[in-house]
Amino acid sequence: MKTILKIASYIGLVLTIIPPILFFKSYITLDSSHLYMTIGMLIWFGTAPFWINKKTDESSSES
Amino acid sequence: MKDQKLFKKIVSQNNEYERTPVPDNQLKSGKSFLGMYAGEHTAGTEFVIGPLFVAHGVAATDLVLGLLIGNLLAVLSWGFLTGPIATSKRMTLYYQLERITGKSVVNLYNLINALMFCFLAGSMIAVSATAVGIPFNLAMPELTDWYPKTAGWIVAVMIMGTVITLIAIRGYNQVAKFANVMAPWMILIFVSAAFAALPQLGVHTLDGFIVAAKEVIWTGVPLPGISKFTIWHVIFFCWFCNMAMHIGMSDLTILRYAKSWKYGFLSFAGMYIGHFVAWIASGILYAVFLQNNVNSNEFAPGPIAYQAAGIAGAVCVVVAGWTTANPTIYRAGLALQGIFPQTKTWKITAIVGGITSLAACFPALVMKLLDFVALYGLILMPMGAVIFADFYFADKFGFQQEQALNNKKTFTWPALSAWLLTLFVCWLLNYFYGLELFFLGLPGWFVAVTLFVVFSKIKFPALKTKLA
Repeated sequence: MKTILKIASYIGLVLTIIPPILFFKSYITLDSSHLYMTIGMLIWFGTAPFWINKKTDESSSES
Repeated sequence: MKDQKLFKKIVSQNNEYERTPVPDNQLKSGKSFLGMYAGEHTAGTEFVIGPLFVAHGVAATDLVLGLLIGNLLAVLSWGFLTGPIATSKRMTLYYQLERITGKSVVNLYNLINALMFCFLAGSMIAVSATAVGIPFNLAMPELTDWYPKTAGWIVAVMIMGTVITLIAIRGYNQVAKFANVMAPWMILIFVSAAFAALPQLGVHTLDGFIVAAKEVIWTGVPLPGISKFTIWHVIFFCWFCNMAMHIGMSDLTILRYAKSWKYGFLSFAGMYIGHFVAWIASGILYAVFLQNNVNSNEFAPGPIAYQAAGIAGAVCVVVAGWTTANPTIYRAGLALQGIFPQTKTWKITAIVGGITSLAACFPALVMKLLDFVALYGLILMPMGAVIFADFYFADKFGFQQEQALNNKKTFTWPALSAWLLTLFVCWLLNYFYGLELFFLGLPGWFVAVTLFVVFSKIKFPALKTKLA
């Protein structure tokens, strides 16, 4: 499960960085870039808290 | 994420090893510091500082060179000044100061520090409010504004301030976790927004960027009514914007957990991501905003980021402001709690939140952020110089180290006098010689060290001299 969440989070980050580069190279429009970035943000917000903080909690309880 | 754990430990209410050195088994790896520095220096203020360089007419070459040199000097300050003392003593700044100056001077230091934290957090709240106001078509503050202009602005800021204060009252943990999640995404948003902004300036290639950087973004011409910044301003601002932390020794509290003194150099992660990439990126965004809004004097990070990165950009401004305002309010609360230990934490946090929200209503905090950050570092710097002189010069110049502790005093005057007189000398340099605020820290440091050494030699000469 954690691996799936991690993959989804990285997809969120990819959707944050790649569309503006595609817009920079004139492959997509600014509106599309904004849309993909918003989707990327939602994916990151929806998945990252479940593995990043889980890792923190685990390491906290170890010490 | 160990960096979050480390930071949590540092600002935690039950601060461990507050009055004892950090034991060896509690020391942290370099990775913890790398992550913490990168996260802490990519904050809401980055959305303001980059654009202010554009507004102050910094030329492109001056900016890049200035940032490279200034950040290097900051990293070296952390590495050579803060790191060695932190890992040798392994004490918090507050306790180290108390051993030198006594509790009453530390209380004064805490009070000033808390106020500075309030103003800093206030600027973050104001930054967030500029993004929250977008859907409500809120009239945004302008570059020359000092006072709030509309009731809508005050309402937006007060709502943001109340929400942030309530969350801070609930404790630091949840926000730290949230900030931890947001950090990688926020760093990417800065880069993404810059890429999205460049085509709006007609740039589609690296060569085009170099031309646009010189001719459109950092033109070397300040906006009307704004002072001109040179490469020296960039170097010194870059070096001294975190002066309270490195030369001012505030980061003793953090670096006392470092396994090696060399970990101070890991601050390069924060400097070259937050204070290089993010400042350049936010400058690009502002140039696009200026191009799309000719003759506009508006200065609002929210709309600036929204134009380049859409909803994600606006959310990033809110999040960046919030995640940095919250720990800052928390730190201000802790500083005040040191003075009023009997008062409940939630009451102190509420008072701090109230002062912060009130301060955030004044756009001057954002528009004059460069000056405020420089002033903040300058005011706290002399106490860092005192710690430095106490550590390195006590034996060499023959005065007692940790005077208050060794003489069982709650007040000693050499450090307080050195602090106040240094600030007075800096004021004189500014008033009579016109030396700008950004440059005062350098002569000020030498003045503080000299005064402390002289005063200490007079009041607390080395014991063997005394005995003889």
